[in-house]
Amino acid sequence: MNELSLHILDICQNSIKANASLIQIIITEDTIKNTYIIEIHDNGFGMNEKTLSEVADPFFTTRTTRSVGMGVSLFKMAAEMAGGTFNITSKVNQGTSVIAQFEHNHIDRAPLGSIEDTLAILLMNEAAIDIYYKHICNHKEYVLDTREIKNVLNGIPLADYDVIMWVKNNIKEGITTIHKEEAR
Amino acid sequence: MKSLDDLKKIRDAAQRKVTMRGKNEGTRILVGMATCGISAGARPVMNKLVEDIAEKDIPNVTVTPVGCIGECAIEPIVEVLEGEKRTTYCRVDVDVAERIINEHIIGGKVVQDNLIGKYRL
Repeated sequence: MNELSLHILDICQNSIKANASLIQIIITEDTIKNTYIIEIHDNGFGMNEKTLSEVADPFFTTRTTRSVGMGVSLFKMAAEMAGGTFNITSKVNQGTSVIAQFEHNHIDRAPLGSIEDTLAILLMNEAAIDIYYKHICNHKEYVLDTREIKNVLNGIPLADYDVIMWVKNNIKEGITTIHKEEAR
Repeated sequence: MKSLDDLKKIRDAAQRKVTMRGKNEGTRILVGMATCGISAGARPVMNKLVEDIAEKDIPNVTVTPVGCIGECAIEPIVEVLEGEKRTTYCRVDVDVAERIINEHIIGGKVVQDNLIGKYRL
């Protein structure tokens, strides 16, 4: 996977499978401390300690179609390759948190890529989930909260194509804006 | 913020649409979106499908991400469900996605080149 947003999509699909109703994705870029942190928190059914200890092993999976699972282990590898750390915590019936930290300017840190495509696909899932997305770049921040969008929409589904296109443009513009303002 | 007004316009337009889509009515397009699918390039394929459907304003078609069906070697996999009829495409890229929309969804003719039977029988 050559974009961090693909890892985010992969991890969030796990959250959806774990019956989460809210997924929080927080990206914190700090060019002064030289860190790039991706946090994903969900309120799904979580994992017990045994599963949690096995989850970063590529030879562990909960799926039944084949016996290897690459999602979490690939994300972990991506972080560690870029001079970073990877941490996953979980509580049964409370949820799971994944925190991956990268060196911001490390040559092996993949770019974020099109996070708007990732979020669009998450919104098109059959399970109705809410997404809170926060992107921080030093002192500027951008927030997208589907609970607020639903209030405006008044019953129109989030998966409506025009709504999806609006969300995608909003994210793209929002992130471009904070980067521009921060570069000033 | 101007863009929030745009969202309200979208809402009002959607409310005026007479046909409301039921979850399992019409044509459903499923895109495999597990680790194998994502790394093989399912995300741009799904986005292409959604954009084409929106652009061409095709009614009664929904696109949904699904999990892994166990044929990871021939991902990205796209399934088209029309009532009882199920068509499975594999090794789909953006160009094939465009053909599926134009030839299959609009034209009603299955794209033979990427049927799963070409790779597995």
